[in-house]
Amino acid sequence: MKALTTLIAMSGFLREYLTVLVFGAAAVAMVGAMLGAGSLLRPKRAQLQKYISYESGVDPVGTGWSQSQIRYYLFGLLFVMFEVETVFIFPWAVRLEDLGLFGLVEMVVFIAILALGLLYAWRKGVLRWM
Amino acid sequence: MNGLPMNGLPMNGLLVAQAGQPEGLAPLELPNVEYSAMAPHLILIGGALVLLVWVAMVRRRPPWAWAAFTVAVGLASLGASWLMWLDVGRNGPRTAVADAVVVDGYSIFFMVLVSVIVVLGALMGESFLKREDIRGPEFYVLMLLSSSGAMFMASANDLVITFLGLEILSIALYVLAGLDNRRMESREAAIKYFVLGAFSSAVFLYGVALVYGATGSTNLGEIVGYLQSSVAPANGVLLAGVALLLVGFGFKVAAVPFHTWTPDVYQGAPSPVTGFMAAGAKAAGFAGLLRVFFATFDTLKLDWQPIVWVLAVATLLVGSVLAIVQEDIKRVLAYSSISHAGFVLIGLQAANEKGLAGSLYYLLTYAFMVLGSFTVVTLVGRKGDARHDLDAYRGLSARRPALALAFTVLLLAQAGIPFTTGFLAKFYVISAAVEGRSYSLALIGMLSSVVAAFFYLRITVLMYMSTDEEEAEEARTEPLAIPRSMAVVLAVSVAFTVAFGLLPAPVIDFARDATLLI
Repeated sequence: MKALTTLIAMSGFLREYLTVLVFGAAAVAMVGAMLGAGSLLRPKRAQLQKYISYESGVDPVGTGWSQSQIRYYLFGLLFVMFEVETVFIFPWAVRLEDLGLFGLVEMVVFIAILALGLLYAWRKGVLRWM
Repeated sequence: MNGLPMNGLPMNGLLVAQAGQPEGLAPLELPNVEYSAMAPHLILIGGALVLLVWVAMVRRRPPWAWAAFTVAVGLASLGASWLMWLDVGRNGPRTAVADAVVVDGYSIFFMVLVSVIVVLGALMGESFLKREDIRGPEFYVLMLLSSSGAMFMASANDLVITFLGLEILSIALYVLAGLDNRRMESREAAIKYFVLGAFSSAVFLYGVALVYGATGSTNLGEIVGYLQSSVAPANGVLLAGVALLLVGFGFKVAAVPFHTWTPDVYQGAPSPVTGFMAAGAKAAGFAGLLRVFFATFDTLKLDWQPIVWVLAVATLLVGSVLAIVQEDIKRVLAYSSISHAGFVLIGLQAANEKGLAGSLYYLLTYAFMVLGSFTVVTLVGRKGDARHDLDAYRGLSARRPALALAFTVLLLAQAGIPFTTGFLAKFYVISAAVEGRSYSLALIGMLSSVVAAFFYLRITVLMYMSTDEEEAEEARTEPLAIPRSMAVVLAVSVAFTVAFGLLPAPVIDFARDATLLI
């Protein structure tokens, strides 16, 4: 405790974060008190239906380990790839005049490497909607 | 920060519109990118891209050609590293690419080591992939990319580049661990490694942020400058940052108590991948760890030495004691790799020149020993990569005397028997600890190597025990074939371990000359 107080006294940086710590502790305490009081006060009558996972009142079908289509996930991955590409291209495009030929060549190399990834994905049949 | 932007103009210079510039923007100062400083890294990345395009475009796909190509790429990067070594010998070490990358003996040492691991790993993988019928060049591509990350960790002169290298290394390794996705264990290993690895990366990054907050820079040179110029550099933020960096590196090198992923991942990953992981990822983790702690936080030595002492003792003891009770060869080797990490930490704890050279020598010699060992494990694992219980080694000498002999040499070298490189490596780090007056640590290191000798000898005894009738029958019906590429890996690793155990000077000189640029 003494070490903590000296640490806080030493650095104004940490003192600013004390607010966050206090708020965090208050939030945890409040949630804990409410849920704890609830579990102590409420009557407990076990019924099987109460233990089924709740999804907007619709009865769940099958188990949690059922198979689902993976194609959205693959498209999602490719989307992220080009999203990141865009994030890099926007600031580059703004300063292209300053960056000159060097910047142009570097960006072409960057896009080429990503394009190779797309080429690989295409030949692997990722882009086919099965 | 000192209130100046990167190009040295005062802050209000940002607000003044300059001729030919868009409103409110200072002219850019582009770093001079010297590609020669990163030649081996770029060769590996280029090789990986060529391999990807090759498999995508060409119909004819002979798998041996991919392995041959990967070996050629590894040899090319080895050659480039050697040229850089000669250049540094003539012109001295330097930094490049706006001080983000450093070319010194230390970084080139790891470039050489990683290139050798790539060559041996490709040879190991070739016949494994054929045997398990895993098609596609992904193994080689991911190994090349992962190795380039390892090189970046070694040559980084900026914590951000270290992190970049760490991620390039790790992300490829996560996929490699799950390469054999028909086996449940392989998938499990990939997920475990990914979750814990991502977590450790986050811890590492938080450490980088705190160090930046405390020193005002992520550049290792500038951090050193700040630490030397300030009167009382050690404050809570900086020390917390250093501790988090140590945790992040500790995960990668499997130091206790950050080792829990190691046995499961080593067991589940395909055997050649495990060999690559034990040799390459460990070397890369230590490459980053040793540079950051030896060169950068040298002035904070008195703060981190006791922590590293505790880590080293825990790693040595947990590694060698828990290896004894394992019944699976890959788990035994996993715990033994943990205890080897403890020996390298002894070199770090000594925090002197001899400790650094000893750690480097240990990593180099261990890479050969562990690659050879996992070659044997791959062979004995048979089709399906499943026969890894210790009983599979019973009577191996009767069926395959040469294989049993090679494995014996590699195991005894890991145990630290004289006339092998393993003995010299242990001797080197322990004498560094004695020089640094850490007598208790030196003693614990020696004790743990005695404990470790037990399980190495246990496997050796199993191999030379007479085999019963049932085993002999099985040996006849299911002969243990040794493909030529595997034989090459075994021959190289055994030859290196024995030859440089008898004539240690060249390798020891190589490790001693691999000095850091500070």
